[in-house]
Amino acid sequence: MDNREYMLIDGIPVEINGEKNLLELIRKAGIKLPTFCYHSELSVYGACRMCMVENEWGGLDAACSTPPRAGMSIKTNTERLQKYRKMILELLLANHCRDCTTCNNNGKCKLQDLAMRYNISHIRFPNTASNPDVDDSSLCITRDRSKCILCGDCVRVCNEVQNVGAIDFAYRGSKMTISTVFDKPIFESNCVGCGQCALACPTGAIVVKDDTQKVWKEIYDKNTRVSVQIAPAVRVALGKELGLNDGENAIGKIVAALRRMGFDDIFDTSTGADLTVLEESAELLRRIREGKNDMPLFTSCCPAWVNYCEKFYPELLPHVSTCRSPMQMFASIIKEEYSTSSKRLVHVAVMPCTAKKFEAARKEFKVNGVPNVDYVLTTQELVRMIKESGIVFSELEPEAIDMPFGTYTGAGVIFGVSGGVTEAVLRRVVSDKSPTSFRSLAYTGVRGMNGVKEASVMYGDRKLKVAVVSGLKNAGDLIERIKAGEHYDLVEVMACPGGCINGGGQPFVQSEEREKRGKGLYSADKLCNIKSSEENPLMMTLYKGILKGRVHELLHVDYASKKEAK
Amino acid sequence: MLKNREELRKAREMYSRYLKAEKRRVLVCAGTGCVSGGSMEIFERLSELVSKRGMDCQVELKEEPHDNTIGMKKSGCHGFCEMGPLVRIEPEGYLYTKVKLEDCEEIVDRTIVAGEHIERLAYKQNGVVYKKQDEIPFYKKQTRLVLEHCGQIDSTSITEYLATGGYYALEKALFDMTGDEIINEITEANLRGRGGGGFPAGRKWAQVKRQNAKQKYVVCNGDEGDPGAFMDRSIMEGDPHRMIEGMIIAGIACGASEGYIYVRAEYPLAVSRLKRAIEQAKEFGLLGENILGSNFSFNIHINRGAGAFVCGEGSALTASIEGKRGMPRVKPPRTVEQGLFDMPTVLNNVETFANVPLIIKNGADWYKSIGTEKSPGTKAFALTGNIENTGLIEIPMGTTLREVIFDIGGGMRNGADFKAVQIGGPSGGCLSEKDLDLPLDFDSLKKAGAMIGSGGLVVMDSNTCMVEVARFFMNFTQNESCGKCVPCREGTKRMLEILERIVEGNGQDGDIELLLELADTISATALCGLGKAAAFPVVSTIKNFREEYEAHIYDKRCPTGNCQKLKTITIDASLCKGCSKCARSCPVGAITGKVKEPFVIDQSKCIKCGACIETCAFHAILEG
Repeated sequence: MDNREYMLIDGIPVEINGEKNLLELIRKAGIKLPTFCYHSELSVYGACRMCMVENEWGGLDAACSTPPRAGMSIKTNTERLQKYRKMILELLLANHCRDCTTCNNNGKCKLQDLAMRYNISHIRFPNTASNPDVDDSSLCITRDRSKCILCGDCVRVCNEVQNVGAIDFAYRGSKMTISTVFDKPIFESNCVGCGQCALACPTGAIVVKDDTQKVWKEIYDKNTRVSVQIAPAVRVALGKELGLNDGENAIGKIVAALRRMGFDDIFDTSTGADLTVLEESAELLRRIREGKNDMPLFTSCCPAWVNYCEKFYPELLPHVSTCRSPMQMFASIIKEEYSTSSKRLVHVAVMPCTAKKFEAARKEFKVNGVPNVDYVLTTQELVRMIKESGIVFSELEPEAIDMPFGTYTGAGVIFGVSGGVTEAVLRRVVSDKSPTSFRSLAYTGVRGMNGVKEASVMYGDRKLKVAVVSGLKNAGDLIERIKAGEHYDLVEVMACPGGCINGGGQPFVQSEEREKRGKGLYSADKLCNIKSSEENPLMMTLYKGILKGRVHELLHVDYASKKEAK
Repeated sequence: MLKNREELRKAREMYSRYLKAEKRRVLVCAGTGCVSGGSMEIFERLSELVSKRGMDCQVELKEEPHDNTIGMKKSGCHGFCEMGPLVRIEPEGYLYTKVKLEDCEEIVDRTIVAGEHIERLAYKQNGVVYKKQDEIPFYKKQTRLVLEHCGQIDSTSITEYLATGGYYALEKALFDMTGDEIINEITEANLRGRGGGGFPAGRKWAQVKRQNAKQKYVVCNGDEGDPGAFMDRSIMEGDPHRMIEGMIIAGIACGASEGYIYVRAEYPLAVSRLKRAIEQAKEFGLLGENILGSNFSFNIHINRGAGAFVCGEGSALTASIEGKRGMPRVKPPRTVEQGLFDMPTVLNNVETFANVPLIIKNGADWYKSIGTEKSPGTKAFALTGNIENTGLIEIPMGTTLREVIFDIGGGMRNGADFKAVQIGGPSGGCLSEKDLDLPLDFDSLKKAGAMIGSGGLVVMDSNTCMVEVARFFMNFTQNESCGKCVPCREGTKRMLEILERIVEGNGQDGDIELLLELADTISATALCGLGKAAAFPVVSTIKNFREEYEAHIYDKRCPTGNCQKLKTITIDASLCKGCSKCARSCPVGAITGKVKEPFVIDQSKCIKCGACIETCAFHAILEG
């Protein structure tokens, strides 16, 4: 007896397997039902009305908000539905900026895609699109309300996933708009710069800040020595936009491309991450030794998390690690290394992260008014630069990063995925450095795409309790639990769900695909012959050389006593 | 504080005795309409004069009246709003209309003291003088059940509500019936939602009862956003205890212990009357913990709206109470499963709750004997427009439009011809002459492409431009759209755009078809009721009055002479003296001519500002 449940979609029986709404079932059945506002990780909003389907009684239901039931019969493509979809697109386009050729999101826009798919050839309403309404105040994202279709995804991400609520709907009817409190420039709001809104936005209304032209200028300037570091998460996400598979580790080709583009010195942020592991584990152990661990040590490599902490939980700042992020630690070292160059030093960091643009500009990371990291390019911007330079990425031969900072460990590479920092610190801290021991660390529970993870590891005769959260709402919830008495020794916080692999500057991908990126980093770790940061020979060289007597100055930062966060 | 049903019964008997002993009663209409007409000044004046005459002026039924006690009460809306301010005198049942402050002395001396009738203050129709309220044709054809107390008792005190049998249904529901029995009675009676949806209330309550939850809520929708509708306002102002009693009974039936009344911000008088009613009910032990010793507790809170029509939609209303943006949400989950604060919620209209005590008291069979089979009971309507008698009426379901307009409403004003009637506010359709014999009930109207809605009826005569009516309602809907879904936000904007072009003389071939296409998309795909019904006025006016649209579009002419931009201003040559004043007043130089000879207006230049009409001393310039 077949106990499975079926329903009919366009006459074809499809098995119901716990899908929460018709839309997911229909897409699983291989039909690309169009939507704007549906996002599988956010609450159902039901505003775009593109996903309507016709039921057996001739009525219409929104597929995103109707649960499937055994025996239902729906049609996804009838004469009426086609008519309505076209009308909805026409209505949206009539009020939308149609200068696609000069738009940041040209070719990556859902509205464009659907207008093409449904053959919208004529718009019967006068064009009431407003002039560009640009808010350029943030260092991380650029908003243009004239390109907004009010799908609400940005609002829901900011409110539901990040619990920041810097943006929300304002006004009513056709005057409705996305606004900050009192419509202030976003830089003056509670925005932490995580860029998840840009990732969620289907059109060009919120995009990652574009710094490519500035970097090109520096590259072409004959008087500059331009160095660049590449973050772990970038290498497993960039390939998809350039002809490779998502999750494929493209570091070799990235280095080759950067060299061709004209960068002078090319490094890997994983090296900086090794430094962070060493400093942070020392800090953790010192806190435990001195009995100062009622509250956990919170990681500090995620700038959006630091920003969130400064704005929402400033009382926790004394418990945030004083370590700089790998990007910042590494940049200090690099700028020191080439400080005697006759040319002006420019350092660029390629990051999956929009908040890094903000971090690079922080007062704390400037030396004599010059930032250690002059520019941060997100993965998306690098893709654009590679395309601009005409390089056929997929055909490049992989190359190696430069010396003297050419060594990094697997512990450094896994920083890009949620749980990576914790696992790297645990590798440093445990006394058993055998492959078996490290393999068991992988199974303690720190790995995986869950937003909240917990693990405990023996350190001597003591149990170390660690928590790994990604997504700021999860962080907030955990903080409340900690304040209510739950104890942890170390808490890793990444603002982006899943960690940096899902950063605001990464190419957008469905959540099921995100795991591939994490797997790509763990594979890269497998290929590294050094697994634990303290075994990286470069570390000893640095501590005996550049860092001698200057560890605090170059590798640490004081967030706690700073009154002004910006 | 009444601690048990025995004490309630005693209290009821006592107040009933007091009421009967209050031989002479003066009920001054204190509904918002009459208040703005000065009825509160009249109340003060009458009270003052009565006291000066040495009589005991009792404004609240608190003590046993003496023989010379004059009950001076603020009553709920009498309903005959066209004739306000209204004063009713008992025991004779006289109704005085259009009362002025100067009339107060005469009323006191002649009627209150001497029992005489003042003819000039009575209602007259076709030469007949109607002394008593019940004889007036406006009232004769009505069946005032939900509104039975409005105009008859003090709207500000619980004592008169008790005196007329109030809270008996609550007693019955608390002690003599189980939750299921209450729901069965309401279901048997087929009480259908009076807010416009017509959904069987019994079924809704049963659905909430079935849910397993720690907390359930009863919410009363007092948003009444339809322009021109004031049925709910009158109930909240005039008989607040009736609806509170209904809410408590709903709570008993479904297992809810908290109630919310959502009143639109624009009803301050309703809010204050409700607040007072709730306080008094609490004082008497009819609200709060352990009501009448039954172990059932119920508390009611009042939430004010903030000026959004869309907050009359169920899920937007609950969002508003929760402090969130008033936007409807997708369903499922439905309000009965996850409503206010995500808990199972009974959400009903004011009038629906006001029907409940009657049904519990008199039984389902009694209720079904009124109205029609599928739509039993009565409905309150706000009768407005170009008729003789505008006001608040209550009629059995099934009464025809013709009876309402001509028998109750007194026919068209100024002898004009009937053209159309708009039912159900901005979401309702227009019915025309051919529909006059349609019975007013949920299903008959739906079949005709209209709906009862909340009960607003706007009667229009032949001088009304139906295209302008459609534009007016579409403008309202566009302003009130919450903006969430594309079809409503963008679609109604475009429909309004087209209608505005048409009334300004810029209609194009294809506009009617485009309007209908937009209407089809919006009705089929909009997220909530506001959007789904937004296009009804346009669709029904096109269906019934297409020629008017075509005249505006193709002939650039408004057949009723209403649309300003389509009017033609001409100079009557036979009256024109050629004084040239008009030519000098014209801001665009459209008028030319030789002095002492008739002047001429160049239509292509004329901007229809009307300045020339004002300057012409000979009334030689016409607009049409």
